[in-house]
Amino acid sequence: MKKIEVEATPKTPYLMLDPASKTIVINGRSIPENSVQFYTPVFEALDKWIAEKTKDKINVSVRLEYFNTSSSKCVLDIFKKLAELHKNGAQVDVTWIYEKDDEDMMEAGQDYQTIVGIPFKMVEVDE
Amino acid sequence: MKLENIFSIYKSMEESGIILSFKGDITSDLLTSILQIMENRLESFNEEPKIRKKVYHVLVECLQNLYHHMDEIPSHINGKDRSAIFMIGKSEDGYKIITGNYILNENVSGLKKRIDEINALTKEELKEYYKQVLTNGEMSLKGGGGLGIIDIARKSGEKLEYEFLPITDNISFFILNIKINNKIN
Repeated sequence: MKKIEVEATPKTPYLMLDPASKTIVINGRSIPENSVQFYTPVFEALDKWIAEKTKDKINVSVRLEYFNTSSSKCVLDIFKKLAELHKNGAQVDVTWIYEKDDEDMMEAGQDYQTIVGIPFKMVEVDE
Repeated sequence: MKLENIFSIYKSMEESGIILSFKGDITSDLLTSILQIMENRLESFNEEPKIRKKVYHVLVECLQNLYHHMDEIPSHINGKDRSAIFMIGKSEDGYKIITGNYILNENVSGLKKRIDEINALTKEELKEYYKQVLTNGEMSLKGGGGLGIIDIARKSGEKLEYEFLPITDNISFFILNIKINNKIN
C-alpha cells in the first residue's frame, strides 16, 4: 500500500494516509456529491489493517470545516472500522479538531464518540 | 417568452429579496460554482459565522438533494429533463432557500409523509432522529440515505414549507421553502 496525499479542493478535504506510520489526516471541507468514492482509499486501508489484525498504533486526525450528510456517513464508517481495530488490540488515537464556537462540529465529534464507543481527544482551535 | 415578461420576473424577484436564482440542469460543476458564489456573497454581508455556516450547510444539502434525487421528466428540449429552479432570498429576518423540481406522482405521498414527520419533531427529537438514521440508516451510493432532509430541518430550525402542484396525470411540481432565521438561538 502506497502513501496517499490529496490536496484539498472546494468540495473535498486534504487527505493524507501513510501506511508506514499508520497515520490518517483529514482536514478541510467535505461536501462531495460522491463521498463514498472519495473515502474509499481510507476504507480499504482500514479493512487491510483489520484483516492483518494489526496491534500497531494508529493515529487519526480529523478537522472538518463543513461536511455534508453523505460525508457524515463515511466518517462514521471510518470510526466504526477504527473501533474494530481498537477492539482487536490496536492502539487507536483519534483527535477531533474543531473551531472555537463551532458547537455543531464539537457536538458531531461527541456524537461519533458515543456511537462507536472509542474516546476522542477533542481539540478546540482558534479560527 | 415575451420580452416584457423578463422585467416582471426581475421585479417579482427584486420584491422577494432574491439574491441569486437559477433555472436549468443541476450538475456537479454548477453546484461547485453556486456554492462558491454564495460563500463570497455571505462573506460580503458580514453575517455572523454561525449564520453563514448554517445557510451554507442548508444550501449544500438542498442542492445535493436536487442533484441526487430529482426525478427525470420527459422534456421537449432534450428528451429528458433534469432541470430545476432554486432561489436564495434575504430579508431582515434571515434567509430563505426555495427549490422547485418535477416529481413523479407515485413519489409524492412518500415525500409528503416524510416532510410531515420531520416537521412534527422538536429540536431535540430531530437531533436524536438524525443520530438514529446516521447509525442505522442504509448507506446509499447516492448519499446519506435520507439524512439530508433531517439535517436541513435541524439547521433551519423552522418548519419546512412545501407545495406539490399537480401538472399532469403522472407529474407534479414540488416546491420546498426553507427559512433560516438570523437570530442565533
